[in-house]
Amino acid sequence: MDFEEVLLEVRHLHKDYGNGPVLEDVSFQVHKGEVIVIIGPSGCGKSTLLRCINGLEEIVSGGIWLDGEAVGKDKAKWREVRQKVGMVFQNYDLFPHMTVIDNILLGPVKVQKREKKKAEEEAEKLLERVGLLDKKKAYPRQLSGGQKQRVAIVQALIMKPELMLFDEVTAALDPEMVREVLDVMLELAKGGSTMLIVTHEMQFARAVADRIIFLDEGRIAETGLPEAFFDQPKTERACRFLDTFLF
Amino acid sequence: MDTAFISEYAPLYIEAAGVTLWLGSLGILLALAVGLFCSFIQYFRIPVLRYIASAYIELSRNTPLLVQLFFLYFGLPKLGISLSSEVCAVVGLSFLGGGYMAEAFRSGFQAVEKGQMEAGLSLGLSSGQIMRYIVFPQALSVSVPALCANVVFLLKETSVFSAVALADLMYVAKDLIGLYYKTEEALFMLVAAYLIILLPVSVLAAALERRLRYAGFGN
Ligand SMILES: Nc1ncnc2c1ncn2[C@@H]1O[C@H](COP(=O)(O)OP(=O)(O)OP(=O)(O)O)[C@@H](O)[C@H]1O
Ligand SMILES: [Mg+2]
Repeated sequence: MDFEEVLLEVRHLHKDYGNGPVLEDVSFQVHKGEVIVIIGPSGCGKSTLLRCINGLEEIVSGGIWLDGEAVGKDKAKWREVRQKVGMVFQNYDLFPHMTVIDNILLGPVKVQKREKKKAEEEAEKLLERVGLLDKKKAYPRQLSGGQKQRVAIVQALIMKPELMLFDEVTAALDPEMVREVLDVMLELAKGGSTMLIVTHEMQFARAVADRIIFLDEGRIAETGLPEAFFDQPKTERACRFLDTFLF
Repeated sequence: MDTAFISEYAPLYIEAAGVTLWLGSLGILLALAVGLFCSFIQYFRIPVLRYIASAYIELSRNTPLLVQLFFLYFGLPKLGISLSSEVCAVVGLSFLGGGYMAEAFRSGFQAVEKGQMEAGLSLGLSSGQIMRYIVFPQALSVSVPALCANVVFLLKETSVFSAVALADLMYVAKDLIGLYYKTEEALFMLVAAYLIILLPVSVLAAALERRLRYAGFGN
């Protein structure tokens, strides 16, 4: 597959929380329509990287460009950026005091000032796509973990983001619910969404990724096509990491 | 018991109950506003102001209302500021109540998970919108029992208003006892008056709590 247009560019990104570097000199590009999976050992900085891209963490140095626009340090721009970047977290942070439909409509109506009726129609279509139209009026507490994550994906999608970030969205789920969430993501990938996915599901990574980024101790240790990376990892760290997934 | 006495002086109590209720409600509303304001300051960790807010909360919660009223009514005139009994009562009650209400709101804010703020931010909501649509509604539902308890507590505290020469229920009762030595009747009417004011408030508060608990967002 050829990707021409660069959507996201991260260049020489450094980040620390005050006790040693967490991300060091991280540079990569994401093209429009590309699906990149970031893998790496626990604590290597995967979440931090996504949080920096979504402006939830301030970066120390380096820069982030979205659509050619620098968004690195200008705080005033973060609200705009966040509308273009959808994020789904590990711990399905839906708003517990709102129904599913109200959760989904909050962004389009209050942030994007879209007409409620139209947004609702769209929300219903998206809910249908993830198989949850019948849960429209339910509260998050009445949903399973997998259902909550699918709602969270709809909540991000309805903003029509140019880039979707997924941070271990299946890590807190029971095994039998992992599949239903991954299927939704796979379908999005096929539909041409640009996605940056952090996951520990290696089979899924292989199936969905156009490119793999292997992060180790805050640095990009290796990057490559999924087949190449999984079958013949170049670095010793990647070999050892992949070994931990074999029995 | 002298029922003729009771029916003769009941109107005095009704009038005094009106004073207690009116000044009490005003003080409580102001206390809610002060408490909310302080808890916002603490929630957003506004520099300098947050320390002033915590100092105020400690001061208001750790001094008796009677002392606060004496300060307002007898102390301030020495500094050239004279306030009427009514103003002293309302200011005193909201000063005391503000600290308690701030604590009630704070416990509500603390109960809201940190991830909620980030989920709101990542949707592109402003911090004002996050407060209004996400954090505050959740915090409020947690705070309601404590807020209601504070309302009842503050209404009871109004019984020291008479110390600053305010013609409230306590004042009328003391007056009648002093004038006619009808201690039993005067006290009976006093207790009855407070019960008539406070019971409905307590019942209402309990109903509100129950509704919140069982409405529980799909629980
Ligand atoms: N808010 C924070 N304050 C201080 N240190 C932090 C903070 N968040 C993360 N860290 C540290 O930064 C490093 C990277 O954390 P991060 O959460 O990005 O790792 P991760 O790759 O997502 O790990 P996992 O796979 O376990 O989710 C870790 O050493 C972590 O302890
Ligand atoms: Mg993580």
